[in-house]
Amino acid sequence: MSIPAPENLAVHHASQPVYVFEAPVRVWHWVHALSVVVLSITGYLIANPLPSIGGEASEHFLMGNLRLVHFIAGYVFTIGFVVRVYWGFVGNRYSREFLYLPVWRGDWWRGLFDEIGYYLFLRKRSKRSLGHNPLAQAAMWLFNFVLGIFMIVSGFALYSEGLGLGSWADALFGWAIPLFGGAQNLRMLHILGMWLFIAFAIIHIYMAVRADIMRRQSSVSAIISGWRTYRD
Amino acid sequence: MADTETFYDVMRKHGITRRSFLKFCSLTAAGLGLGPEFAGRIVHALETKPRTPVIWLHGLECTCCTESFIRSGNPLAGDVVLSMISLDYDDTLMAAAGHQAEELLEQTIEKYDGRYILACEGNPPLNEDGMYCIQAGKPYVEKLRHMADHCKAIIAWGSCASWGCVQAARPNPTRATPIHKVITDKPVVKVPGCPPIAEVMTGVITYMIAFDELPELDRQGRPKMFYSQRLHDKCYRRPHFDAGQFVERFDDEGARKGYCLYKVGCKGPTTYNACSTLEWNGGLSWPVKSGHGCLGCAEDNFWDKGSFYSAVTNFGVMGGAEATADRVGGVIAGAAAIGVAAHAAVSAVKHLSRDKSGEAP
Repeated sequence: MSIPAPENLAVHHASQPVYVFEAPVRVWHWVHALSVVVLSITGYLIANPLPSIGGEASEHFLMGNLRLVHFIAGYVFTIGFVVRVYWGFVGNRYSREFLYLPVWRGDWWRGLFDEIGYYLFLRKRSKRSLGHNPLAQAAMWLFNFVLGIFMIVSGFALYSEGLGLGSWADALFGWAIPLFGGAQNLRMLHILGMWLFIAFAIIHIYMAVRADIMRRQSSVSAIISGWRTYRD
Repeated sequence: MADTETFYDVMRKHGITRRSFLKFCSLTAAGLGLGPEFAGRIVHALETKPRTPVIWLHGLECTCCTESFIRSGNPLAGDVVLSMISLDYDDTLMAAAGHQAEELLEQTIEKYDGRYILACEGNPPLNEDGMYCIQAGKPYVEKLRHMADHCKAIIAWGSCASWGCVQAARPNPTRATPIHKVITDKPVVKVPGCPPIAEVMTGVITYMIAFDELPELDRQGRPKMFYSQRLHDKCYRRPHFDAGQFVERFDDEGARKGYCLYKVGCKGPTTYNACSTLEWNGGLSWPVKSGHGCLGCAEDNFWDKGSFYSAVTNFGVMGGAEATADRVGGVIAGAAAIGVAAHAAVSAVKHLSRDKSGEAP
């Protein structure tokens, strides 16, 4: 499906579905979601371990396995993230919304305030949008692009402590430890990042489901099929 | 005579036998993680090189670094290095005092300009023009700068000189400042710890005077040979961590069985030092071995990192407030959930009332 030009918006208004989320973006979305769930559960349990288990130490490897799963999920998260950033360059115009905020555009800011007004019940009707509306884009950029980079950098910096000085992770990410005031501080910020992901996920899922019920365009089905459909 | 005097000459003068000298050299080579052939190189260096004087200055500190140093696990190693060092200047250990002592500093600069090592214990306070630490009638920071101008390299002993330590903890009223932030034009080797391990101290200083070069340093200026791993990585209780066996309280069954101390606040997983391998007091024990978690004393700013007895620690939130990452994050996520629930309720009411009135969506 071709993207309607501005003068052609009438066509778009005529309830035609638009192909917004290409396959790599949809796959990334679900891989990303799954990895964040796994990372959050294992990460929380690494910081706040379960009650002690008895018996010989050689009979158990609970923390070791939790860490292993956390590291594997971290790799999945990171590889997915890299693929997603790459797709931001080669994919369609909507895939680029992940990489930046068009803060130099007046209409983007107007759209942002329209959306905020809508969610504060100050505006009755929501505006149509093709990809992400400006509020959704701002949230995605902050909580997935920026926070994602922070979690990857801090995560691999902490991972490098186990791999050792001079390892590839230390060479690439070890600088983050002194930058954020030492390993303990960086761990705490990494944990805080997890909570921000959780807060984002709560609001994100709510808004997506709500949009399907109350807004004029599809939301949940769009990230499954890729097509955004309109009600009017 | 001073110019041709070697380390070996000085040691012999202090009554160290050749046999003890050779033992010291092989022990030091092993301590530094060098191969057996390096013992011979250390012997050769100490026998032939003119000795490098070491000046040991004290700023704001508690002298625990000196206390540690003079209790070097192998008394031999300590005596040998100590006799090399105290020859020149260490106001805690030397016999001279007052004007006589201060003169020694000027004499050292005259004789060994650009060739001596400056070992700094403690740090200079910078507030009120350095008035919080006065030595020989002058602020310590002036003495430090003066001696640093003529030295070859600086060793920052302990957490005070390396990071700031307790006197630099918030709100740091005297503006106690670590050495590397005051002296920026000379190489600084950080040997953190409160105090550092005696064998680490003798090892670093021997390496520097024997090989005439700085040991390999990590990103933060610490010698890699002693500070490249966390206590956690070499902790003898690590298998209990990996298994998921923790001390929950200091008087529980796990404590008696020697389980991992992470849950009662051990900072081993974030602390770089050699305690878990070299141990303390000649390999007698170290904090975790005695049943208490590591405080993280070799880490930057460890006084301001929250409780010594919790794993997820406080950090500054806003203003002077502190909370743990889990507390802050829980509040944020909880607020999001409450906000979502409230928003959903209002949305449902609006949506249903609109349906009744028959308005377009």
